[in-house]
Amino acid sequence: MPIYVKDWDIVVPGEVLAEGEYIAGPYVYKDGNKLMAMAIGIVECKKEVIKVVPLQGPYIPKVGDVIIGIVVDYSPTTYILDINSSYKAILQASEIIPPQRNVLAEDLAKYLDVGDAVICKVVRFDKYSDVMLTCKGKDLGKITEGRLIKVNPAKIPRLIGRKGSMINLIKKETECKIVVGQNGFIWIKGKDSNSEALAEKAIRKIDEEAHISGLTQRIQLMLQLEKGG
Amino acid sequence: MLNTKNKKIVLIDSDGRRVDGRRPDEMRDIKIKVGILENADGSAYVEQGNTKIYAAVYGPREVHPRHLALPDRAIVRCRYHMTPFSVEERKSPAPTRREIELSKVIREALTPAIVVEQFPFSSIDVFVEVINADGSTRCASIVAASVALASAGIPMRDLVAACSIGKVDSVLVLDVTDIEDKYGEVDLPFAMMPNRGEITLLQLDGVLRLEELEKAISMATKACKEIYEKQKKALKEKYVELRKAIIEGGKT
Repeated sequence: MPIYVKDWDIVVPGEVLAEGEYIAGPYVYKDGNKLMAMAIGIVECKKEVIKVVPLQGPYIPKVGDVIIGIVVDYSPTTYILDINSSYKAILQASEIIPPQRNVLAEDLAKYLDVGDAVICKVVRFDKYSDVMLTCKGKDLGKITEGRLIKVNPAKIPRLIGRKGSMINLIKKETECKIVVGQNGFIWIKGKDSNSEALAEKAIRKIDEEAHISGLTQRIQLMLQLEKGG
Repeated sequence: MLNTKNKKIVLIDSDGRRVDGRRPDEMRDIKIKVGILENADGSAYVEQGNTKIYAAVYGPREVHPRHLALPDRAIVRCRYHMTPFSVEERKSPAPTRREIELSKVIREALTPAIVVEQFPFSSIDVFVEVINADGSTRCASIVAASVALASAGIPMRDLVAACSIGKVDSVLVLDVTDIEDKYGEVDLPFAMMPNRGEITLLQLDGVLRLEELEKAISMATKACKEIYEKQKKALKEKYVELRKAIIEGGKT
């Protein structure tokens, strides 16, 4: 059972990773006896499982994901949101409008207008309908302050880190409130614009250097240097 | 310049060299750059001798018009276009018959490599722009487009490498130029997935004997593997260099 790659190697589609009784993880497929990469990314081998963590790629919705969408249109009862994906998302107006009011009698633009950003959660996603969202819940809802930045959705797992270690580090060092949308949109709200700028800088650095080991130490060092100076 | 008024054009000289001094089984230098277009999801530039090509990839994105969308997979669309200044005499910018056909040919050469089943109701759009044409443009377009697709992070089974084989003065030659294409006997564009060993494009303009065809395919396979190595290097370059810079910077 030869294995041709090691952890942290960068691979491109079609590269043969191993041969034999290994299990193909995400972005790896089996062609007969060979395991081949399916995207440009970094190899991770854990025991028998070989997976590729992509460096680039589109956002594919998943039920339960917290995402940030931008309103692009609305109909009498729904809002249509751009969620940085190849599918558009639907948010029922009844999610936003108070329950005692009649949705059809209301002017929807009063609550959310085109261009507004909303923190939502995916409640349904299948082949046969558009993505359904909800914005009822803790930390969900319309964004009215702070800054919204966009990064590569493939880098979101690195930005969050193992059990949220990376994002908690940034939150602690910059004292900002940060909501990471799985679709690559990130909302930052700090006590002043300097701390917001610092958090943004750290996130951009992760976006760029996510494939290089020792990332957490570098981010920690950078945050402490910037804060000191 | 070649004098085309003479009856016979010499494409292979007495030393066995071609018009540009190459040996029959020698490729032109290939230069591949990745990520040159800011607004595209993935992009690449390929320079193969005087053939210069840009490829841009958008998607997976919503399909317009919507009735084209398929419920089980993404559709792949391709536009091959030659700029008016890419050839010796100005070409009208409107799509010609040839360009429409090449768009289809390139699309069909790329589609087997893309994992289209992952993106139902979506489209993946490939735009190929020929800046300068000097033979083998469809092959260089496939090379550029497959690198652009991979750099956009679209799941692919393999990269697609392509090259052309010609027959000039009864000799099989690799990577034909414009002049060899015009005055040669045969032009055979060829594309394959090098790791899987699957051929995705094989056209033949002219007449070849069976042994010659077999030899041509083996020549092209060898060349495609070389091109694949260059595609791989170009795709990794950006990431490897940044990693190197940081690791070396950390030491000092």
